[in-house]
Amino acid sequence: MTAIAQSLYMTQRHTRALLRQPWFVAITLVQPMVWLFLFGNLFRSVTDIPGFTTSASYLDYLVPGVVAMTAFFGGSWSGMGLIDDIERGILDRFLASPTHRSSLIVGRLAQDAVSLVIQAAVIGGIAWLLGAKFESGPIGYAVLVAGAMLLGATIGALSNALALVLRQRESVIGANQFLVLPLTFMSAAFMPLALVPDWIASFATFNPLNWAVEAGREALMAAPDWSYVALRMIGLAGVALLAGLVATRAFRTYQRSA
Amino acid sequence: MSGWKDSASPAIAARGIVKRYPGNVTALDGISFEVEPGTIYGLLGPNGAGKSTTVKVLTTLSRPDEGTAAVDGIDVLRDPQAVRRVIGSVGQRIAVDPDATGRENLLLEGRLRGMSGAALHERIEELLARFALTDAAHRIARTYSGGMQRKLDVAMGLIHRPRVLFLDEPTTGLDPEARAQLWAEITRLTHQDGLTILLTTHYLEEADRLANQVAIVDHGRIVASGTPEELKAGLRGDAITVELAEGLANGTVAAVMARIPGIWAPVEDGRTVRARVDHGASAVPAVLSALDGAGIGVASVTVARPSLDDVYLRHTGRALSQAQEVSA
Repeated sequence: MTAIAQSLYMTQRHTRALLRQPWFVAITLVQPMVWLFLFGNLFRSVTDIPGFTTSASYLDYLVPGVVAMTAFFGGSWSGMGLIDDIERGILDRFLASPTHRSSLIVGRLAQDAVSLVIQAAVIGGIAWLLGAKFESGPIGYAVLVAGAMLLGATIGALSNALALVLRQRESVIGANQFLVLPLTFMSAAFMPLALVPDWIASFATFNPLNWAVEAGREALMAAPDWSYVALRMIGLAGVALLAGLVATRAFRTYQRSA
Repeated sequence: MSGWKDSASPAIAARGIVKRYPGNVTALDGISFEVEPGTIYGLLGPNGAGKSTTVKVLTTLSRPDEGTAAVDGIDVLRDPQAVRRVIGSVGQRIAVDPDATGRENLLLEGRLRGMSGAALHERIEELLARFALTDAAHRIARTYSGGMQRKLDVAMGLIHRPRVLFLDEPTTGLDPEARAQLWAEITRLTHQDGLTILLTTHYLEEADRLANQVAIVDHGRIVASGTPEELKAGLRGDAITVELAEGLANGTVAAVMARIPGIWAPVEDGRTVRARVDHGASAVPAVLSALDGAGIGVASVTVARPSLDDVYLRHTGRALSQAQEVSA
C-alpha cells in the first residue's frame, strides 16, 4: 500500500520535472514523428518485394515498429535521471528514509509510460492523418501501446539497474548504443522476418522488442489472432517483471559499495 | 574513552565499527562512541578521515564489516527500516530536487514518510517560516542561493520531527553569513526541540561553537574525545607568543626563555618566538624581565588558551588546516 502511494509521488515528481523542460517535451514529441517520416519514406518500396505479405499499407505496417522503438529509446535513457539523483545525493536521501526501493524505480518507469502514451497518441494521430487504417480501431492501438509500455519498462528497469551498479553516464550511454539499434533492426519492426536472413529471424524470436512489434501489429489487424497477441504480451510482462527484480536487487550492489 | 555518566540510554551508540572498501582500504578502523539525547556530537577531522562513512553506517546507507550500532535504541543492522523512520539525514551534498519548488520538495519528503493533509501543510509552512524560505517557497530550487538550498535541505530532514538528525558537513561551501544563520538554527534545534544531532565538520570553530561533545577522527579512528573544554584542558598549559621589537631571534631568545621555570619548548620563527607555559598570565612578567635582563627588546607578548587546532595537532601530529589541504 505504502509502496504504491510512494510510487505515485515519485511518478508525480518525475512527470512534473519533465513538463518543466519544454524543450525536452518538444524533442520527445518530434522524435517519433521523425522516425515515422524517415522510415516511412526510406523503406516505402519494401512492400513491392515479393514475399511482403500484409493486407495493409506500409504505414500501417510501420506504426507498431515506431511505437516500440520509441518506447525502447525512452526506457533506455531512464537510468540517466537516476545518475543525476545519485550525484546530487538525492538517492541517498531517499535511501535513508522509509521509502520503498521499488517505488524509486517504478516512479521513473511510470513517468516513461506517461511520456509513451503521449508520444504514441501523436504517432497514431499523424499516421491516421497520412492514411493509416488501424483496422481494429482504438482497442488494437491500446494493445500496441500496452505492449510497448512493457517493453519500455523492461529496458527502463535495466537502464536503472545499470545506473545503480556502474554510476556512470558513459556506461548507460554505451549500453544504449550497444543495444538499441541492433535490437530494433533485428526484429520485424521495418521488414517482415520472412525477408531477412535466417539468423536474424531466429534472433528476433527471442527479442522482446520483436514481441512488442508483432503483438501490436497483430492487434491492429481486422481480425486479430488474440492467442498470438496474448503469448507475446505474457512474454513481455515476464521480462518486465524480471527486469524490475534485477533493478530492485541492484540497490543492494549500490549500497554495498556505499 | 567516552567517559559517560550513564543516565539515559544513548541516542546514538556505535561500537567497534569497521568498514573496509575493496582494494584493502580501511575507512573505519573500530569507531566507538555514544551520544547523549538532546546534545550535539561533533565528529571533527579532515576529508577522508572516516566521518562520512560513520554517518553512512548510522543512517543505514552502508553496512559495516564489523561492529554494531544503534540509533534511538534501534539496531541499525537488524531493523534499518525502523531507524529510517526516526532519523533525519542531511548529507554532504545539498540533496534538494532542483526542478521542484521549495514547497514541493518538502511536500514529497513528508508524503514519502506517510504524512498528509493539513498536518503536513502546517508543518511545511512552519519549516518554511523557520528557515526564512516562505517568500521563495513557490520558486524552483534551482534558482536558490547555496545558503537557501542548504536551509531547504535541512528543513527537509526535519519534516517528520526526527529524534536524531545527522548533519554531514552542513556548512561546507556556505558564505560566512549563511554559516552563522545555520549555526544559530542548529543550536535552536537542540535547545527548543530536544533533538539529538550528530554533526561532522572539518571546521574547528564549528565543532567548538556547536558541539557538546567532540570526537577527533583520524584515519578511521577516534583519537580523542570529550567536551571541547576537556580536550583543550588536556593540553598542558597555554601558548605564549613573543614578538621582538627589532632584529631576528638567532637562538639567544629561545635560550633565554628556556631558562625561565614553567616554560618549555620555545620555537623561534623570524621575529616571533612561541613557547608553551603552565600558567600564561603569571608567566608574562617573568618572560618580560628575563628578556629585558638579556637586553632583548620586546614589541608584544600574547597568551592564548589552547584551541581545538592545538588539540588536533597534538593527537594527529599535523594541523587540521594542513591535513585539509593535503586531502582537498
